[in-house]
Amino acid sequence: MVQNRPILDLVSHLVLIIGILIVALPIWITFVAATHDPLRMTQAPIPLLPGSYFWENFVTTLFGKGLSGAETAPVWRMLFNSLSMAMMIAIGKIAISLLSAFAIVYFKFPFRMGFFWLIFITLMLPVEVRILPTFEVVANLGMLNSYWGLSVPLIASATATFMFRQVFLTIPDEMLESSRIDGAKPLRFFWDILIPLSRTNIAALFVILFIYGWNQYLWPLLITTNSDMTTIVMSIKQMLESAEQQPEWNIIMMTALLAMIPPVFVVIAMQKLFVQGLTETDK
Amino acid sequence: MLKRVHFPTSPLPYFLVAPQVIITLIFFIWPATQAVYQSFLIEDAFGMSTEFVWFENFVYLATDEIYLDSFGRTIFFSICVAFLSMSLALILAGFADRVIKGTTTYRTLLIWPYAVAPVLAGALWVFMFNPTLGIFPYILEFLGVDWNHYLNGSQAMSLVIIAAAWKQIAYNFLFYLAAMQSIPRSLIDAAAIDGAGPIRRFFDHIFPMISPTTFFLLVINAVYAFFDTFGIIHAITQGGPANATSILVYKVYNDGFVGLDLGGSAAQSVILMFLVVAMTIVQFRYIERRVEY
Amino acid sequence: MATIKLENLIKTYGDVEVLHNLNGNIKDGEIVVVVGPSGCGKSTLLRMIAGLEKITSGEISIGAKIVNDLEPADRDIAMVFQNYALYPHMSVRQNMGYGLKIRKIRKQEIERRVQEAAEILGISEYLDRKPRQLSGGQRQRVAMGRAIVRDPQVFLFDEPLSNLDAKLRVQMRLEIRKLQKRLNVTSIYVTHDQVEAMTLGDRLMVLNDGVVEQFGTPIELYDNPETIFVAGFIGSPSMNFIPAEVTTKGISLCNGKKLKKNIKYKGKISIGIRPEHLEEDKNGNINIVTQMVEQLGSNSLLHGTLQDTDIEIVASMPGHITAEAGSMVSFSAKETNIHVFNPITGKRLG
Repeated sequence: MVQNRPILDLVSHLVLIIGILIVALPIWITFVAATHDPLRMTQAPIPLLPGSYFWENFVTTLFGKGLSGAETAPVWRMLFNSLSMAMMIAIGKIAISLLSAFAIVYFKFPFRMGFFWLIFITLMLPVEVRILPTFEVVANLGMLNSYWGLSVPLIASATATFMFRQVFLTIPDEMLESSRIDGAKPLRFFWDILIPLSRTNIAALFVILFIYGWNQYLWPLLITTNSDMTTIVMSIKQMLESAEQQPEWNIIMMTALLAMIPPVFVVIAMQKLFVQGLTETDK
Repeated sequence: MLKRVHFPTSPLPYFLVAPQVIITLIFFIWPATQAVYQSFLIEDAFGMSTEFVWFENFVYLATDEIYLDSFGRTIFFSICVAFLSMSLALILAGFADRVIKGTTTYRTLLIWPYAVAPVLAGALWVFMFNPTLGIFPYILEFLGVDWNHYLNGSQAMSLVIIAAAWKQIAYNFLFYLAAMQSIPRSLIDAAAIDGAGPIRRFFDHIFPMISPTTFFLLVINAVYAFFDTFGIIHAITQGGPANATSILVYKVYNDGFVGLDLGGSAAQSVILMFLVVAMTIVQFRYIERRVEY
Repeated sequence: MATIKLENLIKTYGDVEVLHNLNGNIKDGEIVVVVGPSGCGKSTLLRMIAGLEKITSGEISIGAKIVNDLEPADRDIAMVFQNYALYPHMSVRQNMGYGLKIRKIRKQEIERRVQEAAEILGISEYLDRKPRQLSGGQRQRVAMGRAIVRDPQVFLFDEPLSNLDAKLRVQMRLEIRKLQKRLNVTSIYVTHDQVEAMTLGDRLMVLNDGVVEQFGTPIELYDNPETIFVAGFIGSPSMNFIPAEVTTKGISLCNGKKLKKNIKYKGKISIGIRPEHLEEDKNGNINIVTQMVEQLGSNSLLHGTLQDTDIEIVASMPGHITAEAGSMVSFSAKETNIHVFNPITGKRLG
């Protein structure tokens, strides 16, 4: 640091700590609400310090029938659905993007640029703006209420294809030349050289896509009518609705906490990769 | 764009691009063209007959006060979200860049709202602002504010803005911090030797140097506020009260799936598509410029 | 028997022809250095031989086989790249064995060959390291090791030493030479460095603008350059060129001074004399106005201009000399050391 200014340093830390408190406040309130009994949670003002019902609420939420009156699947089932959807989206996107980026960078073939633009266009079409016709397509294909319906329409991604294309372009040409002299066929080169060389990017992208998949809301809301297929993120909204009649905030907030933990855990555990991936994907 | 050496010609590349191309055609291109086609149709109330009406749906939208209000509201909402979350993120990043120890720790503690789903963010904030139970209405009552976002439109709007901005702070913070950390230390040292104090250094040097990041984040935040905040609004206000928080994406959903006005909803989708295309182009321009530098 | 035959090779990129009708025969066990300035097409030629670039027309044969349509892997060649092209995620051992593994050679055999090559190159103790843990010289050895284990008919080197520092370059140059002689594998070596070319090659192919200027031993090129380009390119410092004319009275330099040399041609010529062949001679006709003297220790370089002209001349003189700027020094040259060229076609006249 340029100058030694203890007061300014103190202020810096103070501001950052206040910032963290603001950012963390909603989570703290959620956590506190998840540790009290239902009765306490109907009295204003709601508590600011944790109670002693965490474990009880945890067990009730995860394995019990969940919210009384709401016809939802058990929470563990929703967590499983969310996990399946997030994994399918993340792995699916990475797989198809790797393959198409490989083809576009390492092969010269008729309509190569056509395919490139076709993929490029999807960058401009988030699911929210084409939601109704996409829903119809999925319905016509009989993919409602299935993991395929939840994940496949979200899988094609220009962003991931672009990132891998970028990564492949930075790999020296000599890698390909040298492995061609070594006698590697295209798929062998892909598997033995390209994949290992891009593995940090793959991991970083996995973090981002896992969160993207896990946090999907509108799409699963539309295409799942069967409560067995409900994802945890969707269920929050249903619980909020039922809360208007009979609020069980301790259960709702415990569910919210459970819905948050996996993606937050992934972000914090893989922070370095995630930051790298985020700044590289979007730039 | 392309390697100077390629693999020999074979059908293989077609198989490699096939999965992505097929998914793109079925789930992107076809629905998008459908949306354009439907935007030219009007369906009667019972869904018995449809009529091809060219641009009538668009003309209707252009004169529909509810739609125009929604448009203006979306822009207001986007500006507020972008300004609030970017300025908070900038302040935090500015200080985090200053501290010698603990930058990583602070980063860890500040980034995780990125991982929280929009609808969850909505749920957390709606709980904190619950008129009967919430902690904030309780405090606000002492200040003489009667909080009820279920009834008061501007209170509802404030709440969705706060929730949406809160979730985006992490993202903006990361980019600002990365931008500041990439400024060469020697430059800041030179400014210090020239006699600029920390605050002056920030405004005279750091802020102008990260202006490309600011521009980039503006576009990203606008896209976020336009399209990714559906969950927040759905959880907190459902567009209400009296459409006070019904932004464009929410209206597309509401008119299409709840109101079953397919043509109108499709026309709105098409307009949104154009907006996305415009924003994407702006963003790409920006990327190109970066590459030149 | 791996001879390499290049017949009427042409390479075009779009409308631009970069190699024009190139011919050459490379003998078994020989190391040929392809040398020329950047952009002369030397790398393209090497990559065509490797199979990394398509041949527009003409033929390349390795052994008795035409390899035009063969994949690089099927040409029985090995290549050492400028930036080594080691696979960063593989250990030295895996790097060296990768080509053999693809050819489905038995594990024990791969291990044996890798060990053997590593021993030859003195890298046995690094076999389990990753490339990034090695120094430039060590990486260079691994890259050669990768070529050696394949036991190919031909080695191709694409400026393999240009990423090394000067001292290491000299050392590796000698090692490559020794190794090539020991393994006796036909080799083609591309470089832009004429010193490297002279010391390394059995024969040199000097390439300029996609044309072979001369193909011969280093001594042939030095003693009898076929063209002005070769004359200027080979040797350091470069040959001096002086415009002159042959009349019935003999050769007269552009400043009117006479020069003795037997030549049948009549008309304008270009005289070439190497700096080291200019001998100080009070009665000499080549008079140089001194500009400065560079002391190299073992010898000195006198920079100046030819009297009454602004043609720059360099003379290499033994030992330490002193000459004031502006003073005149006279030189002469043996008749055999005077090269005569056609100034328009650039061809040698005598």
